Amino acid sequence: MTLLQLHEPGETPLPHEGEQTIAVGIDLGTTNSVVALATHSKPEVLRDADGNGLIPSVVAYGEHGPVVGTAAQARIVDAPETVVSSVKRLMGRGTADVKALAGTLPYTLDAAEGGMVRLLVGDRRLTPVEISAEILRAVKAQAEQHLGREVTKAVVTVPAYFDDAARLATKDAARLAGLEALRLVNEPTAAALAYGLDKAAEGVYAVYDLGGGTFDISILRLEKGVFQVLATGGDAALGGDDFDHAVAEHWLADRKAELGSEPITASEAKQTLKSARAAKEALTAREAGDFPVMLRGKTTLHRLTRGELDRLIRPWVEKTIAICRQVVSDARLDLAEIQGVVLVGGSTRVPQVRRAVENFFGKAPLSDIDPDEVVALGAALQAEALTVGSDTLLLDVLPLSLGIETMGGLVEKIVDRNTPIPVAKAQEFTTYQDGQAAMLIHVVQGERETVADCRSLARFVLAGIPPMTAGAARIRVTFQVDADGLLTVSASEKTTGVEQRVEVKPSYGLSEDEMARMLEESLEHGREDMERRLLIESRVEGQRVLLALKAALEADASMLDADEADRIEKARQGLAQAIEGDDRDRIKAAVEALEEVARPFAERRMDRAIRAGLAGHSIDEFKGDPGGCLAPDPEDQKS
Amino acid sequence: MRLRGVLPRLTEPHACWSCRGPVPAAEPFCPACKAVQPPGQADHFARLGFSRTFDLDPKLVERRYFELQRKLHPDRFATKSPKERALSQAQATSLNEAYETLMDPLKRAAYLLKLSETGGEGKTVADPALLMEAMEMREALAEARTPAEVDSVVAGARRDAEATQAQLSRDFAGDNLEAAKKTTLRLTYLDKLIEDARARRLNVA
Repeated sequence: MTLLQLHEPGETPLPHEGEQTIAVGIDLGTTNSVVALATHSKPEVLRDADGNGLIPSVVAYGEHGPVVGTAAQARIVDAPETVVSSVKRLMGRGTADVKALAGTLPYTLDAAEGGMVRLLVGDRRLTPVEISAEILRAVKAQAEQHLGREVTKAVVTVPAYFDDAARLATKDAARLAGLEALRLVNEPTAAALAYGLDKAAEGVYAVYDLGGGTFDISILRLEKGVFQVLATGGDAALGGDDFDHAVAEHWLADRKAELGSEPITASEAKQTLKSARAAKEALTAREAGDFPVMLRGKTTLHRLTRGELDRLIRPWVEKTIAICRQVVSDARLDLAEIQGVVLVGGSTRVPQVRRAVENFFGKAPLSDIDPDEVVALGAALQAEALTVGSDTLLLDVLPLSLGIETMGGLVEKIVDRNTPIPVAKAQEFTTYQDGQAAMLIHVVQGERETVADCRSLARFVLAGIPPMTAGAARIRVTFQVDADGLLTVSASEKTTGVEQRVEVKPSYGLSEDEMARMLEESLEHGREDMERRLLIESRVEGQRVLLALKAALEADASMLDADEADRIEKARQGLAQAIEGDDRDRIKAAVEALEEVARPFAERRMDRAIRAGLAGHSIDEFKGDPGGCLAPDPEDQKS
Repeated sequence: MRLRGVLPRLTEPHACWSCRGPVPAAEPFCPACKAVQPPGQADHFARLGFSRTFDLDPKLVERRYFELQRKLHPDRFATKSPKERALSQAQATSLNEAYETLMDPLKRAAYLLKLSETGGEGKTVADPALLMEAMEMREALAEARTPAEVDSVVAGARRDAEATQAQLSRDFAGDNLEAAKKTTLRLTYLDKLIEDARARRLNVA
């Protein structure tokens, strides 16, 4: 059981004393971020004073601290070296994953210890987590301004195809921004929730979500408030950014002669990409246009037609359709069984994308909820469901298989993709040498057979295996994936009863030390906040004990004599008073005191129930339901 | 099906972790204080409220699964204490495992066989006739060149799979476990064939 009780102090949600808790939904996008709030199942985007709901996911690191959004975007022209955009593509990634334009990255990167990328911006050295946190702070501020109150909880969306490292990085970013991420929800699932509730849809739907940097396709079944994901797939590095790159490369090729062999600068790369993006957007409504490109101080105009754009981006569009095909097959469905297809993400505004989706699914796609806002609206609905309660239920799946490395660099899969989460799976491995005392466990994620083709999530050593002959040890590796899609791995050696348990967090995430340092650096969430959190946690625990006692007394108060009832009542009052105060240790002591005084009462209740159970049952009662513990499953990992 | 084992201890209550009062086995919530309980040792059938049988209505399995997940899924405990969140995760994990096992006829059959295994003899001796049949099916798929040909192999395999499930139902109803083992193996081949054919269908299309 201990295996599944994964909790750390400091993680209890903070109940907002005196007022109802609110939680917002945040779509932390590659290009834009959106925040929404649902009240009575009606979600609404929280806009700024000018009515803008989209906050560009762009951060400029100026002399007076970071600026986010439109203001940051404006600096691309005069101070491009201080501006960072599309940072989502770097979440949970190593240096090798970053895409270059004409050999030049639009950022300066510093590959550092731990594998996580660092961006060099001016004299700063920043992780994608910190930059994302900056965006989330701006999103939080916009929500607070709109609502006129503090916001501390959120549901944050992630691409369904995000791997474990990218999910963890997103959760860390929220924490750093002073937001408790109540749940990470997959973007297509959030969109389905918004559509399903709005349109009262039932049946099987596909959600095609092409954003700025990520592509997801999910197939869901909607039935009486249940949103069940049947299969999901995608590409965490495919999106509108790739369209921009294709156009920019095309223009750079036009000017190749004058550019010579000298590489363009990061600033030039940024500006060319910006112009390419403007061209792509313009061509959704027009057939052709002329677009400026500034290189080496000289601006030239370049003509681009929709036909040329289509040709340039076709490979990526076709790639998304190939992924759709695979996912339909994974869901074990025929195309005819899919009732509708929903378009999500700004890149689905590109006419060629719409056509391709329509051709593949054989029906006109739905896009009547703004594809830029639908994910945030769904996230807001889920945020309300988590805090206020709801009849709807989201059942999601693991997007990418999880496994460990075995001999010869091969992957042994432990949890298959599209398995409903939360899930726990265990597998046994053994030693291959006599007397082997340690074993390296390498956790990977992906669909390919070899370790080299999968993403490496973590490596850890299980030490202290007692000396045995090769093949005698029984090393049980357990994978637990929670409802956020986050993995915890543990391993133990069982034959000798020596149990060593190691829990790992992916190496692409931030270490606890790094996290602590960053939290310390951000002033608003220092020690004080931690103390407050621990106090509220102990109050929550105290309340729980009071409520449990109340229920027990209501059921069985007759089992108490006056003396005992009196002692329990005194202890109860002691705890109730302690909860009113601000002393965490006092609350803890009062909880222990009450539990001690009430223990004989609890024991008597148990004894009576067991005696009643033995006396009151006849053999007939067991005929109907032969379940229970007749033959406990020896491989049951839940014990 | 024959039931194995001694008289059940399954009605013995355990103490609620929260109010310390008695909770009947397999109850997900404490009747007194309503606190969520650990999932315990119930088998997949009992967890979803079924007796051990091969003949399950998938619609009903699904309905029970949804009903229970509505109450036990971690989304219902997002603002509760760490302990309750962990228990809800454990409960939802068990429900998912039960659902996955019971919804798929092949997994359900294999699970029933595992539950009813009397000794350690889990292996079935290879059946030459079955192996021959499996090889022929594979060949037919390998030779299929057009989408229509692949479809025809799939349709044939699906018909066979349905007939095999009906056979499994009879095997289990007659408590004929040796036959059920063989029939389960046949269904394994057929499922694999249908799966591979689906993949091939995508390539020839």
